Amino acid sequence: MENFTPVSALIGGALIGLSATLLLLFNGRVAGISGILSGIFVQPAGDRLWRLMFVVGMIASGALYQFFGPGGFENSTEVSLLVLIIGAFLVGFGARMGGGCTSGHGVCGIGFISLRSIVATCVFMLAGFVTVYIMRHVVGG
Amino acid sequence: MKHNILALISGLLFGLGLCVSEMASPTKVLDFLDISGHWDPSLALVMGGAVGVTMLAFRLVLKRQSPIFSADFKLSCSSSVDKRLLLGASLFGIGWGLIGYCPGPVITALGFGLTYPLFVLLAMIAGFMVHRWVFERHL
Repeated sequence: MENFTPVSALIGGALIGLSATLLLLFNGRVAGISGILSGIFVQPAGDRLWRLMFVVGMIASGALYQFFGPGGFENSTEVSLLVLIIGAFLVGFGARMGGGCTSGHGVCGIGFISLRSIVATCVFMLAGFVTVYIMRHVVGG
Repeated sequence: MKHNILALISGLLFGLGLCVSEMASPTKVLDFLDISGHWDPSLALVMGGAVGVTMLAFRLVLKRQSPIFSADFKLSCSSSVDKRLLLGASLFGIGWGLIGYCPGPVITALGFGLTYPLFVLLAMIAGFMVHRWVFERHL
């Protein structure tokens, strides 16, 4: 557990929780990122701009942190470009089919104490554990 | 207008949280999912920190009749655990385990000016669109 960073993890998590709380308190919306992002393409025109603004804010944070913060995030992947694309496709498809992702089910849904979200979070965590075990210790050995 | 600015601020905070906690790094996420390797439990504390805030705060927020900037709360009314939820969450988890990116981190990682997050985001959006094309055509 030499990489464990408990303090920055808790602070970062609390910021995410605060972000979700503000969005609910002021706009009445759930901070589910897959829903916000996909809505930019599929929702009626009047329901798009706030989604775009939210996404722009997320990208701007990344840019500010990378260039002014202690950051230094690198272009890393453990898999080939093809697997990266397949994995990303599954994330997108699965998030819509399951009605949410780590933020919508994990952060917000559990915040609402929704059984559906608690089940979804357990299922995708378990699937993630099994996949990483196979990729790193069976295939990658 | 006000609600668009609030969305921008909320997005900034969300992205900052992902950067501070290093969840925008796929390696950090995969190290959490790698229980039998050099396990890094950080992601559990990120979820714990976030859920600690939302569980307390959402309860207070929902005591209000309506949100501050709009007429009503738009919440999911579905509460059912069905095959779609289980299959969707499984596919999501498999993809997540393959790449270490989920939708939030990949958007923020776009701001780092790297190429992989861009490919990942485009393929993720393709996943949204194919799902819509296959299952939501009646909408």
